Amino acid sequence: MTHMKKILLLTMVLGLGACTDPGRFGAGGGADAGAGMAGAGAGAASDPRSPEYFRQTVGDRVHFAVDQSTLTEEARTTLAGQARWLMDNPEYTAIIEGHADEQGTREYNLALGARRAAAVKEFLVAQGIAANRLRTISYGKERPIEICSNESCYAKNRRAVTVITAGGGV
Amino acid sequence: MTCLRILSLVLVLSGLAAGGLTSVSAQENPGPLRIIIDEGVIEPLPFAVPDFIAENGAAGEYSTRIARVIAADLQGTGLFREIPKEAFISTLTSFDAPVQYADWKAINAQALITGAVHVGAGGRLTVKFRVFDVFSGAQLGNGLQFSGTTGSWRRMGHKVADAVYSRITGEGPYFDSRVAFIAESGPKNARKKRLAIMDYDGANVQYLTDSNAIVLAPRFSPSGDRLLYTSYESGFPRVYLLDLATVRRQVLDDQPGTMSFAPRFSPDGRTVLLSLSVAGNTDIYSYDLTTGQRRRLTSAPSIEIAPSFSPDGRQIVFTSDRSGSSQLYIMPAGGGEARRISAGRGRYNTPVWSPRGDLIAFTKQSKGRFHIGVMRTDGSEERLLTSSFLDEGPTWAPNGRVIMFTRETAGAGGTSALYTVDITGRNLRRVPFDGAASDPAWSPLSR
Repeated sequence: MTHMKKILLLTMVLGLGACTDPGRFGAGGGADAGAGMAGAGAGAASDPRSPEYFRQTVGDRVHFAVDQSTLTEEARTTLAGQARWLMDNPEYTAIIEGHADEQGTREYNLALGARRAAAVKEFLVAQGIAANRLRTISYGKERPIEICSNESCYAKNRRAVTVITAGGGV
Repeated sequence: MTCLRILSLVLVLSGLAAGGLTSVSAQENPGPLRIIIDEGVIEPLPFAVPDFIAENGAAGEYSTRIARVIAADLQGTGLFREIPKEAFISTLTSFDAPVQYADWKAINAQALITGAVHVGAGGRLTVKFRVFDVFSGAQLGNGLQFSGTTGSWRRMGHKVADAVYSRITGEGPYFDSRVAFIAESGPKNARKKRLAIMDYDGANVQYLTDSNAIVLAPRFSPSGDRLLYTSYESGFPRVYLLDLATVRRQVLDDQPGTMSFAPRFSPDGRTVLLSLSVAGNTDIYSYDLTTGQRRRLTSAPSIEIAPSFSPDGRQIVFTSDRSGSSQLYIMPAGGGEARRISAGRGRYNTPVWSPRGDLIAFTKQSKGRFHIGVMRTDGSEERLLTSSFLDEGPTWAPNGRVIMFTRETAGAGGTSALYTVDITGRNLRRVPFDGAASDPAWSPLSR
């Protein structure tokens, strides 16, 4: 009644696969620092040619309604200003970050953030900015700037941020 | 800094001749000791698992620990209730001594699990066990014996518990399995994330990446030897394939200007489904791991994401917002016309086909709450199993009976944890892990 069965089994105990490439993330994180941390030197906010001026005075971000990527009138006004600044400062390129609030699944929010970033890029390109100066990325709900769980925070987190970076076309 | 240890373990299963007792095959005579899980309210079945008998000095440290793993596995299902050893009348002195059924009946132990451990030459640990149906006064199934390295003692406990669970419930085993997940730390607006793997019960945590790049949503290959996950290590989200034995990783489908995420293996492990965002539009693609060929499976201006194969590999369930809100659809494995299956109010996401093929688990957002639910593959018989501020991302236990998912709490201090729930909606439990955790992926049964 004894039966024998041999099972060869390999089990792995895994060590750390150390990741050596520090990723470029975190731009747009941090409630006050906002974007641009990974980008060009900020410069003085009073210098209209500085990325800091872009961030503070031109306005580096636009906001969206729940689940939407449509640009509001207010967003269009901000983006028209961004386009003018980019026209005047051709030495800069930009990464447009799309973000979502936490009211959605991780994967859907990544796709939604991609849509929002693309909507901003399309608008800027339509305003005459060369497409090769603009890259897009979605952070989904991974990098909220406001951390409360109600609409006042969600409204600020549903955003696309134009992060100015130095250098030629990408 | 990459280190890797491979531990080879041979498990020998052997039927034990029951000394003086009649061995009964579980199939031939399951006896009255049986839990039918789908019956309404379940009174947990009382069981006793005395410390395993240490057959030599070196085995002493495992006699209690292995019994504790078995007890925790069984009790964790919500289907069994352990009788504490303070209540025991009988003392076991030898693995082959006749069982004093009256003593176990008196304390209402319906199932009795006895076992012995032995550490032999070269640190080889041998565990043997028997299960008894106390009220029938008979052994339930054959005794079995496992052996391996002492370092694998927890796995042996899981294997014993799996055998007991399967014999009594008739369901497939799942305790000897692992979970890949994202270990989280730091505040909500600067969360650090690391890819990690642990036993299904939270033991033996190992980290697979550091926290320099955001990592998301690992998925196991069908044989459990590889992981897919999404990482921002290039600066942009990309799907990576990690070989667990070599800890080597490769990026899949590295197209500049695009983002790839939400990957999943095909049942044969040769193809990966992923979601690719190009110019803001996200569609589903398949990627052949052998040829590197990419094939577009959906092409719509709406968001198409989160594909999951049926176990037979013939169909794909996925999310689309083509109707104006996220809903679940099924299409043929090669793409083509999709039919919507989700019919309720609310938004549906992250569909995952059950390993048994009968159900689809999903995340549902409705009236400001999140739920994990299941439905039949035609969308009928939708049942919501959980409800909270934020539940998402179901993953199936290898036997298709239990679902693990992420639960996140609200507010500035909100954190994530892993939970399990039975597909009946009972037995909601937090998976032990010292820290915040999200995005679980349950492995297939270890082999």
